[in-house]
Amino acid sequence: MGDASFSLIVAFTVFGILTLGGALGVILNRNLFRGTIWLMISLFGVAGHFVLLSAPFLAAVQVLVYIGAIAILFTFAVMLTRSLTQITDRFTRLWWNLGGAIVLFVVLVGAVIWPVWGGFTPGDDILFANVMSTTDLGIALVDRGSDLRQGFVLPFEVASLLLTAAMIGAIVIAREADDEEKGKRG
Amino acid sequence: MIPLWIYLVMAAALFSIGTFGVLARRNGVAVLMSVELMLNAANINLVAFWRYTNPTEINGMAFAAFVFVIAAAEAAVGLAIIITVYRNRHSVIPEEARTLKG
Repeated sequence: MGDASFSLIVAFTVFGILTLGGALGVILNRNLFRGTIWLMISLFGVAGHFVLLSAPFLAAVQVLVYIGAIAILFTFAVMLTRSLTQITDRFTRLWWNLGGAIVLFVVLVGAVIWPVWGGFTPGDDILFANVMSTTDLGIALVDRGSDLRQGFVLPFEVASLLLTAAMIGAIVIAREADDEEKGKRG
Repeated sequence: MIPLWIYLVMAAALFSIGTFGVLARRNGVAVLMSVELMLNAANINLVAFWRYTNPTEINGMAFAAFVFVIAAAEAAVGLAIIITVYRNRHSVIPEEARTLKG
């Protein structure tokens, strides 16, 4: 662990257990409503990791958007689709998929992470650098950019368009067909 | 500071768990939840690499912010599709939704 302070290690371990344990709870739980609670726990652990990585704004967004909006959306979906016939088996092709996931993990660690294992050891210039703040992020997101600084206004606008399209699409897809359309269809 | 590879191993584990959920779970809502786990694993990697390589540039944080947008859009549309399929076929199992299959 080197020079990592004790409190940092404790915080990382706690958030790591929350993240991975919550994820395991999501995929193993028979009751999907409890699965959404586990999902919230896992997302909260990820938010803690963002704080440790000195990105507190992303942690706040994680709590607001993921736990506050997306997880609630999942809760609604679980309650609206409470199955008439109880799904007795949780998994399809359990052992094949389990083996595949383990192989994926081994390949990720062996082929992607192992080569950079000791690399990216941050020097003092990075450890104590003036990390970009929320203000910088806000400016960069609506900035056109130049040679001196980065700007993301085009992806920002595309993202807003994507959100609008997704919202309209979700309403159109989930809407109950009215009588006129039903008549046409029949 | 925590070494970078611990973050990477943890994100890889989270991604593998999410992959297993996507492939193996029968309930469509659980599949979407697992996709969210995979997106979060990618996000941890983005922010970790940003912090450990060039924290004085903004791109890592900006990319992570866009991943949030994609995740929100994906969850909204995916759940709308699942609810529609459930209303029409009384099933949330993706394999049973084969209306569009030729």
